[in-house]
Order: sequence, then structure tokens, then C-alpha cells
Amino acid sequence: MRDPIARKVTELKPSGIRKFFDIVSEMKDAISLGVGEPDFDTPWHIRDEGIYSLEKGRTFYTSNSGLKELRSEISKYVEASQGINYDPVSEVLITVGGSEAIDLACRALLNPGDEVIVPEPSYVSYVPCVIMAGGVPVTVDLKEENEFRLQQSELENAITEKTKLLVLPYPNNPTGAIMEKEDLERLADLIIKNDIYIISDEIYSELSYKEKHVSIISLPGMKERTIYINGFSKAYAMTGWRLGYACGPENILKEMTKLHQFCIMCAPTTSQYAAIEALRHGQRDVDEMREAYNGRRRFLMHEFKEMGLKCFEPYGAFYVFPSIKEFGMSSEDFCTELLKEKKVAVVPGTAFGDCGEGFVRISYAYSIDNLKIALERIREFLQERRG
Amino acid sequence: MDKKEMRIRILKAIEHEARVDISELAVRLGMEQSDILNEMNEMEKEGVICGYLTLVDWDKTDEQTVTALIEVRCTPQRGQGFDVVAERIYKFAEVNSVYLISGGFDLLITIEGRTLKEISRFVTEKLSAQEAVLSCATHFILRRYKDHGTVLAKKYEDERQLITP
Repeated sequence: MRDPIARKVTELKPSGIRKFFDIVSEMKDAISLGVGEPDFDTPWHIRDEGIYSLEKGRTFYTSNSGLKELRSEISKYVEASQGINYDPVSEVLITVGGSEAIDLACRALLNPGDEVIVPEPSYVSYVPCVIMAGGVPVTVDLKEENEFRLQQSELENAITEKTKLLVLPYPNNPTGAIMEKEDLERLADLIIKNDIYIISDEIYSELSYKEKHVSIISLPGMKERTIYINGFSKAYAMTGWRLGYACGPENILKEMTKLHQFCIMCAPTTSQYAAIEALRHGQRDVDEMREAYNGRRRFLMHEFKEMGLKCFEPYGAFYVFPSIKEFGMSSEDFCTELLKEKKVAVVPGTAFGDCGEGFVRISYAYSIDNLKIALERIREFLQERRG
Repeated sequence: MDKKEMRIRILKAIEHEARVDISELAVRLGMEQSDILNEMNEMEKEGVICGYLTLVDWDKTDEQTVTALIEVRCTPQRGQGFDVVAERIYKFAEVNSVYLISGGFDLLITIEGRTLKEISRFVTEKLSAQEAVLSCATHFILRRYKDHGTVLAKKYEDERQLITP
């Protein structure tokens, strides 16, 4: 028989930590600090609205781009947080998580051979999405000494005449890095001069612990060339609802909606109704959760300092990204041994790009009590390694 | 951070976590330990912090307790409104809380006793006997699902995957 699988798919590198995931999933009694989603339940008033929509029999498709009410709430939200107005009718698309929006944007924008600059370490789906869309990923190794912020020089070195797109994944998973306004401003000229489009994945925008998160769309000349991606998973603890959105120029959004229509039809209706409630009445929940994460973040940083574990202070998302270079082991070995000896699961930095070598991602989407137990075990582990 | 904001943040943190270690709290709030202690002392003196309690689910012990909510209608006293009646009621040791409420009743009382009999004796002999009290409606609590913002009925279980990207 012929090989049933498309070459492009076979060639796609499987997620680097598959092996590690398999080991973890067999350890039922392990404590995990390895999860990339909130520990909070979706606030009840939001869930209640989802349930109510089911009771009312709202079980049909919505329009392809999503409920108009929801798009209009999203438009208001982006305007309030970034001062930029998107037309809810033609410039907002509701997607199945931010993930779908990333995929759609790549497919809508890329011609074969177009280069896409992807800063790493970053979320696992950018590179595969670019490849499947026919583009060529050009990764940029972000540096710890720059707090994993994308530098002007790094961007400049990665640009060629084939560069079409830049992925801006901030606040960042896995590093917890943020880009502040000045950091973004330093990139703006290069972006405009080279006529580059941007996918700005801002799914962690509400989880920013320094100043309020600034989006690149708020810089002059950027709205026209940016696809702003956000969603409900992290801010409202709604990962399982699978709901995100993209905002951008009408001509791009129109084509993304076309693709979305053919492969998804529309985002889950129940989730859309719940999301309206989230945007209308959920700000207090978001603030409270942010405050809780921030307390844990400070706590972790303090404990790492006590342990002598080197880590830059991250101001976003719910991850810390300490360096384990002093132990002279690969990230994967470090994580595997920590798991086997102390039953604590953290994620090797290499899961998020080769330049994540020498780092591990530790999530603080866990209760303080849980963090304490895990940290105690990590402390023991480090002490034993240091002898 | 100004004093006002500092105080609110401390209060919000300890409201549900009275036993938290202050040095740990300082780390979590990004404040100095001495500042927290000072503010707490001051707030104790000012009566902003009125006490540190333990939330007990007595149903899980062998101790017998009965709790009742009592709605009370009463006549306000000239010049003092309900304050005097409230005081006469809250001075009874078995009375846990007394609130002035809007609606069909004036005072809402919670009371704890060891037996139904103990509570009914209080209602008939002490409470109803108050001159200002016109009537009361006693509701016995059958089960506490949630108290002081804490769900007592169910334990939280982490159902997430162990690792996700």
C-alpha cells in the first residue's frame, strides 16, 4: 500500500516533549507544576450563562464570525484596554481558542516560501502552523539577559526580503516575559520599513503584573498590519470552552473568516453566550485571579532566590523560567530525574524551542499549598545535585 | 502603594487566611513584614480587625450543635431606634450575630445551642419575653453548604492533565 500520510505532515517535527509527556502521564501520584492552564474554575456566573443558553435551546450554529453581541463586546473591550477601535461587523472573528486564530492567520497570509519570524522559546504551535501554511519559520533565539524580550537587533538580523510575518507572543508562554511599550516602539520602524505583518498573540494580556499590558496595535501604523489574537481561556479560566478571537484589518479578516467557515463553521454557541457574560460582568474575577497569581509569582521568585536557583523576574502569564545550567544536565534529563526521584513534574524548556535548553518552565497555576509541597521537593533535589 | 491601598490588600489577604505566616504574606504582597505588622496592630486597635476566627464544620465532629436563624420583629425605642433592643439581645452568650435588616423583619439573629430544646427555651423564655419584641420566626439550619465564602460540602479536586503546553 502507498504511504497514507502526507509528506508535509510526516516531516513535521513532533512536539519535542512527547516522550516526557508519556512518562509523566504514567505517574499518577506526581505533583505537577506543568500545566498551561488556570487552576481556577470558570466563575460560576459565566458557567451559569452557558447552562442557561442550553436550557433556552440555543443549540444552533451562530453566524460564521460569531454572535454579533459578543463581537461588539470584544470591540468594546479592546477599545477600553488598548484605545483601538475594531468594527465588530467586519474586523472581529470569534474562533475556537486563540489557537485556531493563529492557524487561520498563517493560512490567510502566507504564500509558499514566505518567511515568518518566530521568537523562541514560545508556544508550540507557531512553527507547525507556519509550515502547514506553506511558510518558512525563521526562529529567533531570545536571550535570558534581555529577559526574553525581542530586541531590535535580533529582529533586524532575522529579516530578509522574504519576511512577511512576525509572531509576537507576549506575555509569553513559557518564559513569562513581557514586552513593554518602549520595547515595542523600538521594533516599530523596522516593521514598517520592511512592510512586515504581525500576529500578536496576546492570550495572556490580562495576566501582566507590572504596568497594564500594552498591545502593539496601540502604536501608530500598527493596527493596519496586525492580527490581534486574544481569548477567554487564561483571563477567565475558560480553557475547556475553546473560545478565542482575532481582530484585524477587514481585508485579512474576511479571508480568515472564509477559511474558518470551511473548517469550523462557527465557534461553539454555548461558549459564545458564556463569553458575553464574561466580558460584561467578569472584570472582578479577572482582577482577583490576577492578584492571586501575582502573590504566587512573588512567592516563587522569593523561594528560588532562597534556593539559589537563577531566574529572571517574569512579569506576565503564570510561568517562571529558571535556568538549570549550573547542574550541567539537559533540560529533559533534569525534568525526568526530578519527576522520577521527587515526583514533581515541570516542563523542559526545549519543549518551546531549542534555545529553551538549560531552562525549565514552572507553572504557578496552583494553590500556594501545592506550590509549597512541590518547592520543598525541588529544594531537596537541588541540594542532592549540588552534593 | 499608599496606606489605604496597603490596608485593603492586607485585609483582603487575611480575611480568608487568618493563620497565614506574616513573612510569607509579605513576600506574596510585595510589602515589608514590619509594615504589615504595624498596619495590623493599628487596625486591631482601631477595631477594623475585630478578631481572628476559625471556621469549624461541627458536623464532622462528635460535638452536638444546633444553629438557628431567627427573624425578629420589634418596636424601635424612642430616640435610640433598634440599638437598645439589639444590645439586650446580643448580650446573651448563645447569640452569635445580630443584624438590623430591611424587609418584613427588623433584626436577624443567629444563635447556637447544643440541642433544639436549648434554643427553643431561649426563644420562648428570653427572646420573646423582651418587651420590645413583637414576634419571631425561628429557622433551624439543617445543613451548611457554604460559610464565610468557603464551600464545606465538597473538596476541590484538580482534574487537569498533569502536563499541557
